[in-house]
Amino acid sequence: MSGSAAVLPVFEHLNGLAAGLFLLTAFALVAVRQVQACLRIFIVQSVLLAASACIQAYSQEAVHLFILGWITLVTKAVLIPWLLRRTVRREVYVRREIAQVLNIPSSLLIAVALALFAYFIASPLLAVADGPFPRVNLPIGITGLLLGAYAVTVRREAIPQVLGILAMENGAFLAGVAIAPGLPLIAELAAAFDVLIIALVMGLLTRRIHERLGTTVVGEMASLKED
Amino acid sequence: MARNILFNVIQVLVVMALAPLATGILARFKERIQSRRGPSVFQPYRDIWKLFHKDEVVPEQSSWIFRATPYVVFVAPIFVALLIPVLTRYPLFFAFMGDMLGGGFVLALAGFFSTLAAVDSGNPYGPMGASRTRMVGFLAEPVFMIVFFTVSFIAGSTIPYIVHKHWVTPLSNFIAPSHVLLMIAFVMLILAETGRLPVDNPSGHFELAMIDESKSLEYSGRGAALMKWGSCMRFFVLCCIFLNVLVTPWGLTAGETTEAVLLAVPLVLAKVIGFVVVIAVIESSVAKLRLFRITEFLGAALVTSLAAMITRFLES
Repeated sequence: MSGSAAVLPVFEHLNGLAAGLFLLTAFALVAVRQVQACLRIFIVQSVLLAASACIQAYSQEAVHLFILGWITLVTKAVLIPWLLRRTVRREVYVRREIAQVLNIPSSLLIAVALALFAYFIASPLLAVADGPFPRVNLPIGITGLLLGAYAVTVRREAIPQVLGILAMENGAFLAGVAIAPGLPLIAELAAAFDVLIIALVMGLLTRRIHERLGTTVVGEMASLKED
Repeated sequence: MARNILFNVIQVLVVMALAPLATGILARFKERIQSRRGPSVFQPYRDIWKLFHKDEVVPEQSSWIFRATPYVVFVAPIFVALLIPVLTRYPLFFAFMGDMLGGGFVLALAGFFSTLAAVDSGNPYGPMGASRTRMVGFLAEPVFMIVFFTVSFIAGSTIPYIVHKHWVTPLSNFIAPSHVLLMIAFVMLILAETGRLPVDNPSGHFELAMIDESKSLEYSGRGAALMKWGSCMRFFVLCCIFLNVLVTPWGLTAGETTEAVLLAVPLVLAKVIGFVVVIAVIESSVAKLRLFRITEFLGAALVTSLAAMITRFLES
């Protein structure tokens, strides 16, 4: 927390803008109907996350946050989408109507309720870690986390579920960078590598499911077991 | 005082004169993007002129509502033009009469009358379009409310002349997250409210798929001219509210001489044309939504405006 009072309003607004658009992408990840669009939104979200990290790095003159931002950009916006595209067949991505448990308007309303809930969870935490960056990033990060979890529960398709899990990680990261900017680089590196492996494993699993069953609508697999 | 009234009149005349031009430019740009030549940008003027010289036919069973509606639709945007900043940064003579919510109500009155008139006409397509417009309208209403409340929350006022100063003092307020998100939400609203593409196809001629157009199908002659001109002005006024109040006051004059006010006309027109290009690009790159997907589009607008509100809460 180097000098929270000395932050220029421009950086505060820029970081807020990145976080606000991050919030929007988190909502979009719940509401979008196409698998392809889901993946693109995830890429945008990762870019925004990296942007937020870089803005904080620049305004706090913290070199390791810069490195962190670039690692995020490379792994999440380039490598993970590439891996997911490589491991899973193209037919999965061209699906236009993702199977969902709830319809989209009610999904969005629940997402809004979750965002408000996240705001209330975050407000007591802000008493501990106050500053212009945590004040914005912590609640939005928690929202991203909850919305990612929500996407996992409400989507019935494998790839959007995987992206939900990765979005949870994004949310946690957005909050984490702001409240603990002094985290050692090695921990962040390990986390980034971890996510990459997660994406690879889940991508391969999805590929297997697709090869065996010809579909990736994992929500319908409970009934398969009973027969 | 007298000069302020004069400026107010100039403002109304500018809205009346330039509104068909904005619509014409939008149509032209869309055609160009789709690599066709398209009609001249002055086509709306010619249409209105032609319609004024035609005879009017009124359905036998219709009541006074059908006959009064064109005038209401025509006058409502003029009233709003008295209230909002079109050319000047400072409030003019009639600006005390209402804030942004007041303007919204006046525009809603015109919508209400055209809905009633559509039902009144007895044409089977009229009530269908009317009920669809209501559906879009009641979904758009909460978004409007949240946008206006967020604006008043950020700027501490709902008076447009106070609000628009807030975005550029200091300049970094312009990129404040709540401002950017508000702009996105309002563009979506304009698309929905003026019957633009993801919601409704303004150039479609298929009655079953119409939303906005089918309400004025029964009008002819002077009524049709007034309805057409009124809807052009409605679009222009909404653009002015968006560009001058919610985006920036740039291009508006602070000077109090007649020349300064007249000089603001091309600047504001340039701003509107820039926005119209953006709308043309949006309209050419999206497909029309199915009727019940409109809920999702406006749900997205609602979420965007809520995100603006949330980030505003977090920042303060």
